[in-house]
Amino acid sequence: MANEVCFRTLSLEDPTSLSTYESIGGYSTWKSIIKGELTAINIVEELKKSCLRGRGGAGFPTGLKWSFLNKDIPGQKYVVCNSDEGEPGTCKDRDIMRYNPHQVIEGLAIAGFAMGADTGYNYLRGEYIEPFSVMEHALGEAYSAGLLGKGVMGSSITFNLYNHLGAGSYICGEETALLNSLEGGRGLPRFKPPFPANFGLYGKPTTVNNTESFASVPVILEKGAKWFLELGTDNSGGTKIFSVSGHVMKPGNFEVGLGIPFADLLSMAGGLATDRTLKAVIPGGSSMKILAGEIMMQVNMDYDSLRNAGSSLGSGAVIIMDDTTCMVSVLLRLAEFYHDESCGQCSPCREGTGWLVKILNRIIKGQGKKGDLDTLVNIANNIEGRTICAFGEAVAWPIQSFIDNFHDEFAFFVKEGHSMIIN
Amino acid sequence: MIKKQKKYVLPENLQNKIDENLKKYPSDHRQSAILYALRLTQNDNGGWIREQHMRAVADYLKIDYIAVYEVATFYSMLKLKPVGKSLVSVCDNISCKLKGADNLLSFIEEYLQIKTGETTSDGLITLERAECLGACVNAPSMIVNDEYQENLTKDKVQQILDNLSNGDNH
Ligand SMILES: Cc1cc2nc3c(=O)[nH]c(=O)nc-3n(C[C@H](O)[C@H](O)[C@H](O)COP(=O)(O)O)c2cc1C
Ligand code: FES
Repeated sequence: MANEVCFRTLSLEDPTSLSTYESIGGYSTWKSIIKGELTAINIVEELKKSCLRGRGGAGFPTGLKWSFLNKDIPGQKYVVCNSDEGEPGTCKDRDIMRYNPHQVIEGLAIAGFAMGADTGYNYLRGEYIEPFSVMEHALGEAYSAGLLGKGVMGSSITFNLYNHLGAGSYICGEETALLNSLEGGRGLPRFKPPFPANFGLYGKPTTVNNTESFASVPVILEKGAKWFLELGTDNSGGTKIFSVSGHVMKPGNFEVGLGIPFADLLSMAGGLATDRTLKAVIPGGSSMKILAGEIMMQVNMDYDSLRNAGSSLGSGAVIIMDDTTCMVSVLLRLAEFYHDESCGQCSPCREGTGWLVKILNRIIKGQGKKGDLDTLVNIANNIEGRTICAFGEAVAWPIQSFIDNFHDEFAFFVKEGHSMIIN
Repeated sequence: MIKKQKKYVLPENLQNKIDENLKKYPSDHRQSAILYALRLTQNDNGGWIREQHMRAVADYLKIDYIAVYEVATFYSMLKLKPVGKSLVSVCDNISCKLKGADNLLSFIEEYLQIKTGETTSDGLITLERAECLGACVNAPSMIVNDEYQENLTKDKVQQILDNLSNGDNH
């Protein structure tokens, strides 16, 4: 079974409309809340039981996160949806918004109720003009139907939601940078603590979750934590959308139960071209560690299995590389990305990413020097853990893991001045 | 005598749109509308922002010019240099690269006879390299005048470019 949670409208006619969404049970949880049949505690407890973990990359348990924002503490609070989706390889939130916008809206409304926030923002990356207009249209429908606004359906519940478009910046996906961007500033990550739960948007208590996390919530509450949990594995409840890209015959977004063997996911994506072999996979977006193909073929796609294999589930972007891939040029491209996108606040990251690009460029031009590989790893080690936000790890992990897994290939390039891959 | 340039003021239709946008945010947080205001102004002025536009946005949002300048220089979709009538942003990040984006980019450079980052001599097309666009399962992909173009092939790209060169920018 696939596409049972965030993609449950995908196969239906007119998947984005309010009537389609309601026809499969959409907004029934929200309506129960409005009727007073569901309390904030019920919701948080159910989410905890479901083992839903943050789908934005860090995998933090969503129920636990929601319990940090106490509904009964007075004052303005916010819920914010992170639809910045900039992690290379990741393209699921775009499709959730394009094909099931109401579920994102309902997830945010439920979150607002559970944490006592009467206002929510959905921050979309600047390029997502199409998802933005689908979301805006859905929002219009929800307001017209009286599902949002002040005193929803005669109750005392108020929830207003707004879509906000960015303007091109990867770092705005980091939640505190996102808040600064939403406030109208540069997207600079903040020092933590204080955490957003205490000092978030406009200085008010705020919860930030990924689009897929929010969109999973209505279905969990409709069908029960147990139902959801059993779609996945014990510590990795439910489903996950994997964006399978790169060297596969049928790349695509696949929403499947967590714990699916990688080999099965690979088949769903059409497998490799006939005369090719699997060289390597980045299982969770470009910031996660690369793993050798033969290791991946033994791994299941859940949080624990990937961690035990030495990488991470991250955002669920599964990037497939066959034996024609030159690891040196791929790593150079990633280094360029991190260099371009570093916000520049922390010297190790700002300077280090530049050095990485310079050295990798030298190697690609056939001018690599003895010791370059050690220097690259050294620079990465000195960025890791020395920055305000996890961007530092996002740079360091690919550098370390590419060179570690494919040392011979890198050493060959440095020594011979050209790639060992002949295309 | 130096003729003083007339001060640029946001035209009324933009002001109205910005007012509408400001309703999303608390009234004491007008700065939240900055990206919206800058993108709107950019679109209204040939796709790039001059100092006078930043000053006008600052005045309208009642914030310091430097705050607008800081933001305008941070985000990649805000352009502070002239761009052609059409903007072509080609992704060559990892998933697109694995699907041949490098060749595609070279092909476009050759076809338009410009380098990435340049504008054709007739001012019609600016070519830039983009970071991951979030369309990786339909790689290679690009954005042309705000619209996604996915599953690109040379033929498809050539056709899109020909349309742009003929002045059709949709
Ligand atoms: C450099 C960087 C980029 C990030 N980009 C995103 C992103 O595009 N989308 C996202 O949901 N989370 C992103 N995150 C993670 C967020 O900071 C945050 O953990 C997440 O939005 C929380 O939601 P979740 O618990 O539902 O996953 C990024 C983190 C870092 C350090
Ligand atoms: S890598 Fe090109 S769209 Fe993601």
